[in-house]
Amino acid sequence: MDYVIDCEKISKSYGNISALRDINLKLEKGSFLAIFGPNGAGKTTLLKILSHLIKPTSGTVKINGILLHDEDGEIRKNIGVVSHNSFLYNNLTSYENLEFYGKMYNIPDLKNRIAEVIDEVGLTARMHDPVRTFSRGMMQRLSIARVLMPDPSIIYLDEPYTGLDQHAAMKLRDILKNLKKGDRTIIMITHNIERGLEVCTHVAIQVMGRIAYFEKIENVDRDKFESKYFNTVGKEHY
Amino acid sequence: MIFKWLTFIVVTFSLIFTFFITPIERQEGIVQKIMYFHIPSAWIAFFAFFIVFVASILYLWKKEREWDIIAHSAAEVGVIFCSLVLITGPIWAKPIWGVWWTWDARLTLTLVLWLIYVAYLMLRFHAPEGSQRARFAAVLGIVGFLDVPIVHFSVLWWRTIHPKPKVLSMESPGSGLESTMLIALLLSLLAFTLIFFLLLGQRISLEKMRDEMNEIKNKLKD
Amino acid sequence: MLMDYFSKIWAIMWKDIRGELRTKEIFSSMFIFSLLVLVIFNFSIDLLEVNPLDIAQGVLWIAFTFSGILGLNRSFLFEKENDCIQGLMLTPVDRSVIYFGKMLGNLVFMLVMEAITVPVFVVLFNISIYDKIFSLIIVIFLGTLGFVTVGTLFSAMSVNIKAREVMLPILLFPIVVPIIIAAVKSTGLILSGSPFGEIVSWLKLIIVFDIIYLVVSFLSFEYIIEE
Repeated sequence: MDYVIDCEKISKSYGNISALRDINLKLEKGSFLAIFGPNGAGKTTLLKILSHLIKPTSGTVKINGILLHDEDGEIRKNIGVVSHNSFLYNNLTSYENLEFYGKMYNIPDLKNRIAEVIDEVGLTARMHDPVRTFSRGMMQRLSIARVLMPDPSIIYLDEPYTGLDQHAAMKLRDILKNLKKGDRTIIMITHNIERGLEVCTHVAIQVMGRIAYFEKIENVDRDKFESKYFNTVGKEHY
Repeated sequence: MIFKWLTFIVVTFSLIFTFFITPIERQEGIVQKIMYFHIPSAWIAFFAFFIVFVASILYLWKKEREWDIIAHSAAEVGVIFCSLVLITGPIWAKPIWGVWWTWDARLTLTLVLWLIYVAYLMLRFHAPEGSQRARFAAVLGIVGFLDVPIVHFSVLWWRTIHPKPKVLSMESPGSGLESTMLIALLLSLLAFTLIFFLLLGQRISLEKMRDEMNEIKNKLKD
Repeated sequence: MLMDYFSKIWAIMWKDIRGELRTKEIFSSMFIFSLLVLVIFNFSIDLLEVNPLDIAQGVLWIAFTFSGILGLNRSFLFEKENDCIQGLMLTPVDRSVIYFGKMLGNLVFMLVMEAITVPVFVVLFNISIYDKIFSLIIVIFLGTLGFVTVGTLFSAMSVNIKAREVMLPILLFPIVVPIIIAAVKSTGLILSGSPFGEIVSWLKLIIVFDIIYLVVSFLSFEYIIEE
């Protein structure tokens, strides 16, 4: 079986503090994994390793069958990351931001591509406004447009709902549902159990640098999941 | 333990030589004895910064905490000896040259060197703990040491084109020294080198103990 | 492939300039600060008693380097806002592209600041540069280049640590002492009307320093920005 994401026994430690311990994670094409977990569980560290930003202390990561360790960075083209930080320059307009990132990704026919993705997230009207005037929800949508530009086959979402009001969260949810199109593989980190369960195909709970629970959504009893979560977290964390 | 005793004995001998056996220099008088501290300190400071340089390269290459500790410890000890050079220098210079300080090439280089490695220690103090701090410090440890010949060269050029202040030219160490003086100087060089390694070893083991303690603390938290 | 490399460097530099043109934040503070340095030196040194040519070159480079620090301090602050630097690291660009892009942006900011400072300096210190303008431009350009190459490296470092505004000059100034010595020296020679042949040897020295600093900085930049 070929996996899009295939981690074997990855650990990461900073000096004496270990952030990740022996993580094994295998995802098939088209999966949508939601990772829940308390702060400090190492979720963001895991995503950073999976996006080739940092190297694990031990263990191997394969993305699309390619070993990350000796990859020079071209693999980053296939990976998009939406974080609670927008990665957008406040002083530039939406168009300028996308144009800049587009150039970094060598996107052909950039002008049209920008128009396409900006339309997809519903920000065409604000194309030439500086990002500093945007609300958090709009920033987050623009951030998704930035990620969509190179049409990556893998997308990571790191707490995308942070700081959004109800309306903006609903809008974001609709956009996230659309992301699945075209067999993308997606991993989302979130605190919000409800938001996570409504879109995912797999569920994981990460505590203290370990994956403590991993299950297909079909096998998860949605009503009981919340108590399941608190049991898993509580046992090891408090 | 043997090393400690060895250091103690050599230091004692060196002190005896310095104060009782070497003659008092005819022109400079008793103040010349400061040479036996000044020159070895300078040698040790340069040597320590060289160790910082090597350990920094090895850290960036192997990413092992060990090298970071060695670089840090060597920099601390180096700054102490470099400070000694800058303190003993003017004390020696005032009665001999008539001025506390002159922007002579060697003096300027030592001062700039001191500034670089004080900045290094400040960087270590302010940077967030962990691999980032180690990387930042290593880069400065390398860039700083590579800067030494460049600073030296530029200062040399700067001074040779500038009129020199009216002072007696500094004699190069070793030339025209009486044989007992030379022996005393070599002995104090050896003594300072031993003291340096003793301090370095102590500092390294202190840092390692600190690491161990943190590890235990973390385990207790788990 | 090579064109691609340069166009990305250009894009990073242009992004910084474009943002700055909108706010003029860095630029205005840099220029006002360098103006202040010139003014304060005019108060502290009586130009009726001191020959301006004895001190002018030093004052000029103090103004350049101190206000240069203001610009460098801001350079990576914008990358920190919204964690843009991470966004940049997630793109497939080579890390050296980021270094060169940021470095050129800083270079442009400083050169523009200097281009406005010099005329003010000429007026305040009553110095004629009319026939020396060409060699003066060369020296200022080369000196600034050396300052900015290491400056960009250390500004990427200082943005991540506590007390960053204070730490940048403390880290940077001792390292760039050679550049400052050489730049001040050759500016002095130019202002006092020395023949070009005498200045050339200093210019060569600055070029060598620039190259060394550039190579060392871009090789170590990767270790600064990686996580």
